Amino acid sequence: MNEIQELYQQVILDHNKNPRNFGAIEHPSHFAEGHNPLCGDHLDLYMNIEEGIIKEVRFNGSGCAISKASASVMTTILKNKTITEAQELFKSFQEAVTSDTETLIDEINLGKLAVFCGVREFPARVKCASLPWHTLINALEGKQESSIEIQSENHGK
Amino acid sequence: MFKFKIQEGLKVIQPGQLVEFPVAQIRGDFPILQRIVHNKPLIYFDNAATTQKPRSVIDTITNYYTSYNSNIHRGVHYLSQLATDDYEKARKIIQKFINAGSSDEIIYTRGATESINLVAATYGRANLKSGDEVLISYMEHHSNIVPWQIICEQTGAKLIVAPIDDNGDIILEEFNKLLNDRTKIVSIVHISNSLGTINPIKEIIDRGHRYGAVVLIDGAQSVQHAKIDVKTLDCDFFVFSGHKIYGPTGIGVLYGKRAILEKMPPYQGGGDMIKSVRFERTIYNDLPYKFEAGTPNIVGAIGLGEAIDYLHSIGIEAIANYETRLLNYATHVISEIPGVEIIGKAKHKSSVISFVIVGIHPHDIGTMLDVDGIAIRTGHHCTEPVMHRYGIPATSRASFAFYNTFEEIDYFAESLKKVIKMFS
Ligand SMILES: Cc1ncc(COP(=O)(O)O)c(C=O)c1O
Repeated sequence: MNEIQELYQQVILDHNKNPRNFGAIEHPSHFAEGHNPLCGDHLDLYMNIEEGIIKEVRFNGSGCAISKASASVMTTILKNKTITEAQELFKSFQEAVTSDTETLIDEINLGKLAVFCGVREFPARVKCASLPWHTLINALEGKQESSIEIQSENHGK
Repeated sequence: MFKFKIQEGLKVIQPGQLVEFPVAQIRGDFPILQRIVHNKPLIYFDNAATTQKPRSVIDTITNYYTSYNSNIHRGVHYLSQLATDDYEKARKIIQKFINAGSSDEIIYTRGATESINLVAATYGRANLKSGDEVLISYMEHHSNIVPWQIICEQTGAKLIVAPIDDNGDIILEEFNKLLNDRTKIVSIVHISNSLGTINPIKEIIDRGHRYGAVVLIDGAQSVQHAKIDVKTLDCDFFVFSGHKIYGPTGIGVLYGKRAILEKMPPYQGGGDMIKSVRFERTIYNDLPYKFEAGTPNIVGAIGLGEAIDYLHSIGIEAIANYETRLLNYATHVISEIPGVEIIGKAKHKSSVISFVIVGIHPHDIGTMLDVDGIAIRTGHHCTEPVMHRYGIPATSRASFAFYNTFEEIDYFAESLKKVIKMFS
């Protein structure tokens, strides 16, 4: 596979076209909004958490293929996870997409998230992949109103 | 009998274009164009963001630091004199370039952004009061919006925005209606960086003057594509950046009419902008130094002068002519690709093409093209209101310079088709 096929793996293209758990939850117990000013990506994340377990998770919004697929894959694996497990997943995901390209990644441990390893080759796109995960952490921390602004080189000459 | 011969394609040489543009030779002047990116030859289509530098500009910068680096206006020594001479010579080159009446009317700044901020903070603060109005348009760059918002907040003046139509043209009837006796400043972009629209600035300037307003023209995207004559235009201020006209970053120009500049309070205080300093009273320097506090970007100014000399060696009309052909060809080629929609279809356009592809985010397009060695820009291009106007988060933008070629446009179109195939 070349770099670009590594980035846009079939799974990613599929989730981009047919995002899972797409849409709002009417009265979510947890909610957060994510925004990436560089590309205008916008994401609303809704969750119902009962006794520390994520019972339902959905998202809405618009964005590039990477951020949309990342959100979609994230929602599929979060279901029935505890909050601690979700935080652990966030950590492994972040490590995988921000590690330098020489580092070997434990793809088995990452499971479905391994398809995002190709993002490492494209530093400009790491923020796209992480946006849903940062939004998740905000939602878990109860920052419902806050919108996360991932700091980026937002020029636009 | 006289007969027309219909020829195919857009590369037809039409009368007036009989002289081929020496693009191969010109490309040789720009070392960076030899670069390989992702194992592909670089195709640089991000010229509206910043332009590449010809060898002569690069050499000028190297030569300055290698052989006569020193501070200006403050030394009796030999090198200081050389640096001062070249710094001031560049001012004269710029003066002639835009046909200003005097080199005193050419003020060095860091770029178009600082030039606009300077006018807002000095002229704006001194002349605006509650109830006054500043008139801009919907297609302004953030640098021609935010400085006015700041000064309006401080003075109680109001920011008024003239609308644009679906093609990306200012709606002149609406613009005219928004002008009135309260309009104190009109600040309008000459060529839009996100839409490519060339605005009818002469008409806008004359209209503004009829109501007693001063008119600032943001020429960040126009000096490199068209002959500018500030005397004929009769604008009160004209601003541009060096890095967009093949010069270095960190240098820009504010042109202002002498009578207005003389009445304006200074911008920053410090060395060079004063005649004498006493604790009781400081006397400010004459134009243009009154607005140039501190050690300036000396090599930037000299490099900008060199870039303008380089442009003259090719001829701004030949450049404009060739870039129009690139624009027409690219518009034609891109419009033929199913699913691609061009944003910005003004009657008069410069070599900027913004576009969207249904169902594919600009960011993904940008990454895909990048891997093919093609540099374009994706995003809102610092014109968020334009994006809101069209109800889109972002566009992809290809912007051409005179070192680009028809072949590069063909390759770009093929690459775009690959993107569409991959995401369909
Ligand atoms: C139309 C327009 N105005 C102003 C600017 C600001 O220029 P600079 O960032 O060089 O100050 C730009 C640059 O992007 C522009 O395109």
